[in-house]
Amino acid sequence: MSLDYPLAHLLGGVMLLCAFSLLSQRRLAAMIALYQIEALALTAAAFWQGFAQHAADLYLTGLITLVIKAILLPYGLREIVQRFNLIRAIETALPVGLSMIIGVGLIGVAVLVVLPVTVRAVSLTREDLAIALSIVLLGFLVMTTRRNALAQVLGFLSTENGLVLAATGMPGMPFVAELSVAMLVLLAFLVVGVFLLRIREHFDTLDLVGIEDIERRGR
Amino acid sequence: MLLFLGSFLATLLHAVLMFALAPLLAGLVATLRARLLGRRGPPVWQPYLALRRLLAKTTLVPETATALYPLWPFVAFAPLAACALLVPGFSTGMITAPLSDFITLIGLLALARAAIVLAGLETGFAFGGAAAARDVLFSVFAEAALLVVLLSFVLLAQRATVDDIATVFASGHVGLSVSLGFALAAILAVALTEAGRIPVDNPAGHLELAMVHEAMLLEYSGRFLLLFEYAAMLRLLVWMSLIGSVFCPFFMARADAPWTWPLGLLCWAAKLCSGAVALAVFEISTAKMRVFRVPEFLSVAMLLGVLAGVFLFVAARIGT
Repeated sequence: MSLDYPLAHLLGGVMLLCAFSLLSQRRLAAMIALYQIEALALTAAAFWQGFAQHAADLYLTGLITLVIKAILLPYGLREIVQRFNLIRAIETALPVGLSMIIGVGLIGVAVLVVLPVTVRAVSLTREDLAIALSIVLLGFLVMTTRRNALAQVLGFLSTENGLVLAATGMPGMPFVAELSVAMLVLLAFLVVGVFLLRIREHFDTLDLVGIEDIERRGR
Repeated sequence: MLLFLGSFLATLLHAVLMFALAPLLAGLVATLRARLLGRRGPPVWQPYLALRRLLAKTTLVPETATALYPLWPFVAFAPLAACALLVPGFSTGMITAPLSDFITLIGLLALARAAIVLAGLETGFAFGGAAAARDVLFSVFAEAALLVVLLSFVLLAQRATVDDIATVFASGHVGLSVSLGFALAAILAVALTEAGRIPVDNPAGHLELAMVHEAMLLEYSGRFLLLFEYAAMLRLLVWMSLIGSVFCPFFMARADAPWTWPLGLLCWAAKLCSGAVALAVFEISTAKMRVFRVPEFLSVAMLLGVLAGVFLFVAARIGT
C-alpha cells in the first residue's frame, strides 16, 4: 500500500485540527502556539508532497514555510504580545461553542462543494482540496468571531496556510506564485504590526470596539 | 481444546496483571509528575502502601447516611472490575473478547459513575452534592463525545467490540486516516475527564471548591474508601489499555498462541509507560480548567468526533 495518500491526508488533518482548535481558544499564547504547529504541519506536508511528486521546488516551499511561518512569524507575534503588554485573553463576538458549531458546518460545506466539483481529479488532490478549503473557511470564521486585532491576524495567517496547502497538493503550481504569496504574508504582517501600534496608541487596547465607535460617529 | 486453554490462560494472566498493576500505574504517574516538577516524589509503590493503610483503618458510617451507604463502594467497583476484564491488554482474542462491546464498556463506566455520584449525595453533605452535580454535568458531554467517536470506529472497522476493532486496525487495512486522528484527540479529552486528570479535575488537590471526584468520597473512610480509590486506579489503567489497544494495536499477542505473549506483554508495558510519561508531561504543562469551561472542552471533543465521522463519509464517497 502506498503511503503517499494517507500521509498527505493525515498532515492535512493535523492542520485542520489546529485551525479548528484556533476557534476554541481564548488566549493569545495558545492561538500563537496552535498557529505554529499548523505551520510546522504545513512544512511537513510540503516536504512530503515534494518527495511524492519528485518536485524540488516544493522542498523550497517547505523551507520558506518553515523559516517564515513556523519560526519568524510566531516569534514576531510573541514579541508583539510581550512588547505591547497586551491583555492575553481575547474577547469573542460569538460564544465559543456556537462558533465551533458553525465551524463544523463550514467544514461540511467545504466538503460538499469540493467533492462534486472535482469528480474527475485525482483523489490525492480531491480530499486535500476539501481540507484546504475547510482551513480557509475556518480562518475566515476566526477573523469574524474575534474582536482582538491580533487574533484576527492569526485567522488571516491560518487562511493563508490553507491556501498554500491547496497549492502544494496541486501538481504544476508555479513556484513563483508561492514565493510571492509568502512575501505578501510577511509584508502584510509588517503592515499589520504598524497598524496594531497605531490602534494601540489611540485606544490603549487592541480591541476593535474603538474603531467601530468612530465609524458609528462618522455616520 | 488446546486453543481454549490458551485463551483461558491469557485471560487469567490479563486479569491478574490488570488488578495487580493498577496501583503501580497510578504510582508511576505520580512519581513521574513529581520528578518533572523537580521534587523527589513518592516511591512508585506508594499507592500499595496507601491502600494497605486504608485497609487497617476503621470504617466509619456517618449518622446521616441511609442504609444504602455501604452499597455504593461495591456498585462503583464492580463495573470497573468488569471493564478491566473486558478491555484487551497485552493480547487480543481472550475469552472475554466477544463481550467487549464498546457500548457495554460505556454503560459499565456510566454505571460506576452513577454509583460514585450517588455516594456523593448519600450523606447530604454540601461539597459531595456540588461535586456530584459537576460530575453529572461533565459526563453528559463526555458520553455523547464517546458515542460519536464510537460511530467512526464502527464505520472504519465494521465491528463494535474493542477486541475486533483492535484486530482490524492492527491488520493495517485501515491505514492512517484523518478520522482516526480526530477520534484520538476526542477520546483523549474524554479519557482525561473520565479519569479525573488535570485539565478537568486534580487528583492530588485538596481544595474542596475545586474537587470533583475526591469531594464525593469525603465522607467515606477505611475499606469503603479503599474500594473507591482502587476503582479510580483501575479506571486509569482501563482507559490507557483501551486507547493503547485501539490506536496502537501493533505487536499485540494472540491469546491462543502463547509464544507471542512475551512480545505482547513487553509492548503493553511500553504502551503503559509511554502513556504514563505523556500523562505526566501533559499534567505539569497545563493548568486546571474552570469548572464551567469543561463542558466547552468536551464539546470540542464531541465536534471532533463529528468531524471524524464527516471525513469518513467523504472517504467512503471517494473510494467508490
